[in-house]
Amino acid sequence: MKTRFAAEAAANPLIPHTAELIVGFIAFTLLFLVLRKAVVPMFEKAFAARTEAIQGGIEKAERAQAEAAAALQSYTVQLADARGEATKIREEARVQGAAIIEDLRARAQEEAARITAQAHASIEAERQAAITSLRQEVGSLATDLASKIVGEALEDQARQSRVVDRFLEDLESAGSKEKAK
Amino acid sequence: MRAFAFEGGFVPPSTADFNLPPAFGNSEFTTKPILLVFLSVILISVFFIAASRKAAVVPSKLQFAGELIYGFVRNDLGKEIIGAEFMRFVPLLFSLFTFILTNNIFGIVPLLQFPAMSHVSFPYVLAAFPFIVFHWVGIKKQGLGHYLKGIAFMPGVPKAVYVLLTPIEIATFFLVRPLTLSLRLFANMFAGHLLLLVFIMGGDHLIKGVIGLKLVAPFSFTLGIVMTFFEFMVQCLQAYIFTLLSALYIAGALSDEH
Repeated sequence: MKTRFAAEAAANPLIPHTAELIVGFIAFTLLFLVLRKAVVPMFEKAFAARTEAIQGGIEKAERAQAEAAAALQSYTVQLADARGEATKIREEARVQGAAIIEDLRARAQEEAARITAQAHASIEAERQAAITSLRQEVGSLATDLASKIVGEALEDQARQSRVVDRFLEDLESAGSKEKAK
Repeated sequence: MRAFAFEGGFVPPSTADFNLPPAFGNSEFTTKPILLVFLSVILISVFFIAASRKAAVVPSKLQFAGELIYGFVRNDLGKEIIGAEFMRFVPLLFSLFTFILTNNIFGIVPLLQFPAMSHVSFPYVLAAFPFIVFHWVGIKKQGLGHYLKGIAFMPGVPKAVYVLLTPIEIATFFLVRPLTLSLRLFANMFAGHLLLLVFIMGGDHLIKGVIGLKLVAPFSFTLGIVMTFFEFMVQCLQAYIFTLLSALYIAGALSDEH
């Protein structure tokens, strides 16, 4: 037969052992303190971090969506602005182009007018020169002719020129009379 | 002691089988249940500290396992039953559940194979914790006079009924609750262990007997194994019930109306 430790106490299993009461109290208190100090806060931390991570993710997504919407809005506005700008620039260019064409046309006309005036002036000068030289030549030819005809040498310069002038005046007045008719 | 000794020398398991000799030395503090209780404290602490140490958002397998148990006690036993103020009591409920569960399961772990809770001292001590806590919470919440009055004279009851109800209520709150809490746990573990002893020791005895008895022995062992699985269920259930009732008592003390 096996030896039984404290066999007397076995009679009633409902009677507690002092040693076990003490040990049970100490052991459970120890476990309670360890779990409360080291384990529960850490698990709670993990739970909180998880909740926060999920909520943070949602918030982040919402923020990204808001940012995208804002960006779209700003791009739309910028696009509209750019369109307006382009229209304005085109309009300005048209106006400027028209002005440039107008300016060029005016300048060309001016130039044309200037060239025409110059031509007129040079023609007039040439005509005057022609008249002057013609008058001299006609004078000397007529004098020569007259001296030959009259036989009288009109050597005196002054007399010669007087005769020529009188002749020319006659011619001119004849011409003007003829014109008046 | 051995009045029921059968012919052939079979000694049926009795309450005496729960009084184990000291594992070493000759002290009352070195018996198997006491060593098992300390072992359980070490195992639970090491496991949960290792599981919760990192407190990662994405848990490792170990942390997940720890969170599963902690989350069960915290949410299903704490939050669901106690309500808004549950967080204060989570450490106690968590300690009770893990401590009882581990020590119960020791009853079917090979080599250990002894449920410490089959020694009534441990359930007594464990029941004292929720007993003190729920009275303390009730007194703090409602004031000593109001709390005791609420227990002794339940409101909304005809005066004549108090003759019957008052003694019952007082007994319920100060005697029945802690006693049932501890004795339920004790009796389940005690009876369960005894049952396993009957089948295993019985089988052991049968196999040493004559040829006819040898043939019956496997049935005894098989039943012993079946009962071991059954015991596992009972062990988990008892840990759950103990913690659940503790939470219910605390919740009752917290709510204003009785």
